[in-house]
Amino acid sequence: MTATDTAAHAPAPATPRRSAMEVSDEIAIEISDMNKWFGQFHVLRDIDLTVHRGERIVICGPSGSGKSTLIRCINALEEHQKGRIVVDGTELSSDLKNIDKIRSEVGMCFQHFNLFPHLTILENCTLAPIWVRKVPKKEAEATAMHFLEKVKIPDQANKYPGQLSGGQQQRVAIARSLCMRPRIMLFDEPTSALDPEMIKEVLDTMISLAEEGMTMLCVTHEMGFARQVANRVIFMDQGQIVEQNEPEEFFNNPRSDRTKLFLSQILGH
Amino acid sequence: MSDLHAQTVPYVRESMVPQGEPPATERGAVKWMRENLFSSWFNAILTIIGLAFVAWVLMHIVPWFWNSIWFAGSLTACREIRDATWGAGAPSACFSVITDRWQQLLLGFYPSELYWRPITALVLFGVAVAPVLFTRVPRQLLWFSAIYPVAMVWLLWGGTIWPYLLVLAGFALGVPAYRIGAKAVAPLLGVVAAIAVPILFWVFVLPPLSGALSSALPIGLEAVPSRAMGGFMLSFIIGVSGIALSLPLGILLALGRQSHLIFIHAVSVAFIELMRGVPLIVWLFTASLLLNYFLPPGTTFDLTLRVVIMVTFFASAYMAEVIRGGLAALPRGQYEAADSLGLDYWKAMRLIILPQALKISIPGIVNTFIGLFKDTTLVVFIGLLDPIGLSNAIRATTDWNGIYWELFIFIGALFFICCFAMSRYSMYLEQKLRTDHR
Repeated sequence: MTATDTAAHAPAPATPRRSAMEVSDEIAIEISDMNKWFGQFHVLRDIDLTVHRGERIVICGPSGSGKSTLIRCINALEEHQKGRIVVDGTELSSDLKNIDKIRSEVGMCFQHFNLFPHLTILENCTLAPIWVRKVPKKEAEATAMHFLEKVKIPDQANKYPGQLSGGQQQRVAIARSLCMRPRIMLFDEPTSALDPEMIKEVLDTMISLAEEGMTMLCVTHEMGFARQVANRVIFMDQGQIVEQNEPEEFFNNPRSDRTKLFLSQILGH
Repeated sequence: MSDLHAQTVPYVRESMVPQGEPPATERGAVKWMRENLFSSWFNAILTIIGLAFVAWVLMHIVPWFWNSIWFAGSLTACREIRDATWGAGAPSACFSVITDRWQQLLLGFYPSELYWRPITALVLFGVAVAPVLFTRVPRQLLWFSAIYPVAMVWLLWGGTIWPYLLVLAGFALGVPAYRIGAKAVAPLLGVVAAIAVPILFWVFVLPPLSGALSSALPIGLEAVPSRAMGGFMLSFIIGVSGIALSLPLGILLALGRQSHLIFIHAVSVAFIELMRGVPLIVWLFTASLLLNYFLPPGTTFDLTLRVVIMVTFFASAYMAEVIRGGLAALPRGQYEAADSLGLDYWKAMRLIILPQALKISIPGIVNTFIGLFKDTTLVVFIGLLDPIGLSNAIRATTDWNGIYWELFIFIGALFFICCFAMSRYSMYLEQKLRTDHR
């Protein structure tokens, strides 16, 4: 059992860190009455969710519950069929201009990192700023190095993704998103494709990001992470938000039976 | 031994005793042969049969080459020399046909006093293609690559320089047209303007203007008609134009086939399936016979140009499917990562998807190139004088009636050199673009 496993699975006492991370009244994401179907399959049902600026939300639930689909709807990787999603005051519609605008404001990290294997680490990080934000190359490289230092891999800048370990690749993926100076970060199971000893380095990066006040939506099963940084934990099942609460309440006094069952399974071993 | 250990402290040996030689059966050629040729009775028998076969083949071919007669005026003269030198009926190749007619085999009936033009065009081709193939060549040369196609056509076909300059001017007009259109209305309109303005310029302004300029200032080269073009030069023109044009067209068709826009998808699929489903020879006959009926009366559309267009269309259908394979091999995550960074469709394709998809497709793409290049010999059936056509023409003369092998060996060697070069280049490129470090 590594230290990471302990942090991940055994609920640790809440740290005083959270008080330092302020949540403002400003609304970052507003989802109302949102529904989505894959063909005949009703994946998301009547989702209502308001995220304030600076809030850190962890979404959990059994597989197939629609949690990944939910955050993928926020930057229009998946299209929703009914209801409204407003991100940073811009409503998601089929208008491509709006979609590209929202995507450049919302960073996303994937389970399988999805780095561009034909580009170096540095080029991975500078590509979008140069081509989408029209930042001069020198400046984009300086920004990229700044964020690569933040995720503690500046010395790998000229390597290719294939030469890095999984944990390093995921940290590069986070740096790549940050280079676009996003106001919101989405994480889609960022640690579930990693070996246990690499999970910690990625979670540490995410924690330091949270401490800087980044608005974060995170699909993860790392309950230790949820306790430590989340303001709110959302439990989803069968396409619905079943329960949401502050982490203390959520873990200690789950209200619905499904939440209790899920928590007993995930924390039980 | 004492001098060997001169500098040695008692407990560490610094100078080594020389290695003993392994026995003969464990060394060099003997070992290799034991392992690879005679490892068992069965393999030993196979080796002996194989060697006997190789020897038998060489016994028949080597004398034929060895007794080659390189300088004679006709096949009859060749045979007389053979009978005098090697004895009646001895095997002997008559490569005199190549030394006698190589200029025709390479350049067709191009006027011999103008041979400097195709040669210059070939040298410039090397200059134009170098920056495209090798990144170490200065990038500024790409400008030359861009104007080379027009320069090549002018060098080979000749005529006054004005229509060629005006064609280039049309391309140049596309740039301000794009800027104005994109700034005034929308980027899409800029693209439309950049395509429409040059075409309108070429159709309506170019013919009268070039006519006027040509009669006022007849600067140019002596015109050479298309029927004079032939030989390997013709194959090379058709092959290289087809290769250069079918790659971009194939990429567009592959993207079109993946498109969610129903019209573009349908057009791409229909084009690919139709082109691929009909034999090339049918398309070539279409180009040579039928196309004239569809064109407005009075337009003269050069046969070589029609053939280039058909060969390009045919190859681009194959190319599209090869590239589609590369696109399909990319994980969905690459598309999603590009999307999630806010790259629009064209930027995502150009910067993320196509570089990877094309890299995966390199063997298939080069395969198609090589196939296309060899297929250019099919133009013999519509009466163009490619090397095969010329070999028929040469055989039709009384001098060289009845000579086959020597001509075909020469033509085959020319094609082999080009195709082998492409193959080696593709391997070099694959090696160079390798970043996965598996």
